[in-house]
Amino acid sequence: MANTKTKTLSQAQARIERRRITSVIVRYVILIVVGLIMVYPLIWMVGATFKQNSEIFTTLNPIPKEPTTQGYIDAMKSYGGNINIWRAMLNTYSYVIPEVVLTIISSVLTAYGFARFRFKGHDIMFTAMMAMLFLPQVVLNVPQYLLYNKFGWVGSPFYLALIVPTAFATETYFIFMLIQFLRNIPKDLEEAAAIDGCNTLQTLVRIIVPMLMPAIVSCALFKFMWSSNDFLGPLLYVNTPAKYPATIFVKLSMDADTGFNWNRVLATSLISILPNICVFFAAQNQFVDGISAGGVKG
Amino acid sequence: MKTKKKNKFIKNNVGFFFVIPWLIGFCVFKAYPFLSSFFYSFTDYNLFKGITKFTLENYANVFMNAAERKSLIITFKYAFMTVPLKLVAALFIAYILNFKIKGVNFFRTAYYIPSILGGSVAIAVLWKALFQDDGLIRTAFAAIGIEMPHFMSNPSWALFMICLLRVWQFGSAMVIFLAALKGVSNDLYEAASIDGAGKWTQFFHITVPLITPVIFYNLVTQLVQAFQEFNGPYIITKGGPLGSTTLMSLLIYNNAFTSYNMGKACAQAWVLFAILMVFTAIAFWSQKHWVYYADEDGR
Repeated sequence: MANTKTKTLSQAQARIERRRITSVIVRYVILIVVGLIMVYPLIWMVGATFKQNSEIFTTLNPIPKEPTTQGYIDAMKSYGGNINIWRAMLNTYSYVIPEVVLTIISSVLTAYGFARFRFKGHDIMFTAMMAMLFLPQVVLNVPQYLLYNKFGWVGSPFYLALIVPTAFATETYFIFMLIQFLRNIPKDLEEAAAIDGCNTLQTLVRIIVPMLMPAIVSCALFKFMWSSNDFLGPLLYVNTPAKYPATIFVKLSMDADTGFNWNRVLATSLISILPNICVFFAAQNQFVDGISAGGVKG
Repeated sequence: MKTKKKNKFIKNNVGFFFVIPWLIGFCVFKAYPFLSSFFYSFTDYNLFKGITKFTLENYANVFMNAAERKSLIITFKYAFMTVPLKLVAALFIAYILNFKIKGVNFFRTAYYIPSILGGSVAIAVLWKALFQDDGLIRTAFAAIGIEMPHFMSNPSWALFMICLLRVWQFGSAMVIFLAALKGVSNDLYEAASIDGAGKWTQFFHITVPLITPVIFYNLVTQLVQAFQEFNGPYIITKGGPLGSTTLMSLLIYNNAFTSYNMGKACAQAWVLFAILMVFTAIAFWSQKHWVYYADEDGR
C-alpha cells in the first residue's frame, strides 16, 4: 500500500519534471527560431554583398559560393557628378554631429530651467512643452518647409534647415527624459554649491551635468541614430547632389541600379549603416537603459 | 533703487532664462507652423501661384475624392494590421525572455537590432531586395517548388509587405515590456501556482493586468508612429501598385512637393492629425477602465 503511494508520488514528480524540461525546450526553440527570422535578413545582406550578381537571388544560403569584392569595388565608384559614398557619409556626419551637440545643450538648459526653478509662466509653458509630445511631425512638415523656404534655408550648403532648429530644444522627448532624470537627483549638492558661491550656470555645469551624464549619453545616442537615419529631412531640404547625405545617396543608387547590380547596391547600403551598427554594439546597454527608463520611441 | 528691484526680478525668474531657447523654438518652429498650416488648409495655396481663394474643398476632398479616401482607408488598414501584430509579438517574446533564460542579453540584442537600424534607408533597400518580384523570397522559394505571392505587384500583398517591415522592428516595444515584466513580483506567480494556475492563466490574469500602463504607453506611441509611416512606402513601393501603399503621409508629400498644392497637403495633414488626436483621446479616456496603476488607492 505504502509502496504504491510512493510510486505514484515519484511518478507525479517525474511528470512535473518532464513537463518543466519540455517547456524550457519549447521556450528556447521559440526564441531561437524567431531570433533567426529577425537576424536572417541582416546576415543574408552581409553575405549578398560578397556574392556575384547572378547568385544573389538564387539561394537562401547567406554564404557566397564564389566570393567576390566586386560589389564593394563598384560601391566606391561614383555614379557621376561629384558625389560618392564617402562624400555622402561625410555630408551626413557634417550635420548629424552639430545636431547632436546642439540638441543636448538646448535640451539640458530647458530641462534644468523647468525642473529646478519657479518663474512667471512656468506652469503654462511646462504644459505647452508637454503638449508637444503629442504633436505629430506630419502636421508640421509642410508649414515648416514653407517657413524655411522664406528664411532661405532650403538647399542651404550648411544644412541650416536641419541644424538650426535643434539649437532651440525642438526634441521634446529628450527634455522630458532629462526632467524625469533630474527629479530623482537630490538638491543637496546644488544648495551646497550655492552656499559656496556658485551661480546657477556654474551649478549647472559643475554639478548637474556630471550627474545627468547617463541620461545625456542616452539622448545623444538616440539623436545620433535618428539623425543619421533621417530621410525625409534631407529629402526636403538638400537639393544639390554634391551635398547629398548617405540616406539620399543610397536611395538614388538603388533607383539607378535596380535590376542588375544588386551586390553594389547592397554593399553601398551596408557601408552607409556600418557606423550606426558600431555605435549600437559599443553602447547597447545605454540604448536599452534609455529606452526602458524614459520610454523613448524607437 | 531701480536696479535693485530689477536685480530682484531677475533673481526670482532666473529659471526663465534657461528656457528662452526652448520658448523661441516653440514659437518659431512649432506653434507658428502649426497655426499657419491650419490657415493654409482653408486656402488653395500653391507654392508658385500663392493664395487665390479661401475654400473648404480641401477638407471635403479628403472624404469625397476617391484616391484620397482610399489613402485614408489604407492608412487605417496599415495601422490596425501593424500595431496589434507588433505589440503581440513584443509582449510574447518579452514574456518568454523574462523566464530565467540563459544568454538573455544575446537574444535581447538580436531582437533589438532591427529596431535600431530599421528606420534607415539601407534596410528599406534590403526589404526591396527580399520582396521584389524577382527578389530573394520569390526566387529562392520557387527553386524548392513553393510559389510565393507577388509582394510588389499585387496590391493587397504590397501593403502587407510594408507592414512586415514595421512589425519586424518590434524590439523597442519588447525592451519596454521586458523592463515592465521585471517589475512584476515573483511572489504573485508563486502564490498563483500554489493555487494551481497554469502558465497561461498566470499570464492573462497576473502579468497582463499588472503591466497595462506599459501596454497602454506602447499602444499610443506605436499608433502615432504607424499613422505617420513614410519611408517604407516611399522607398520600396513608391506608393504603388495602383496606389495600394499610398499612405496618408506619402499622399501629403506628393501633394506638397510634387504638385506643390500646399493648401491641399495641409488639409490632409490636419485630417490625419485630428484622427491621431481622437485615438490618443480614446486611449487616455478608456485607460481608467482597463489600465491598472499600482500606486493608486482603492483600485
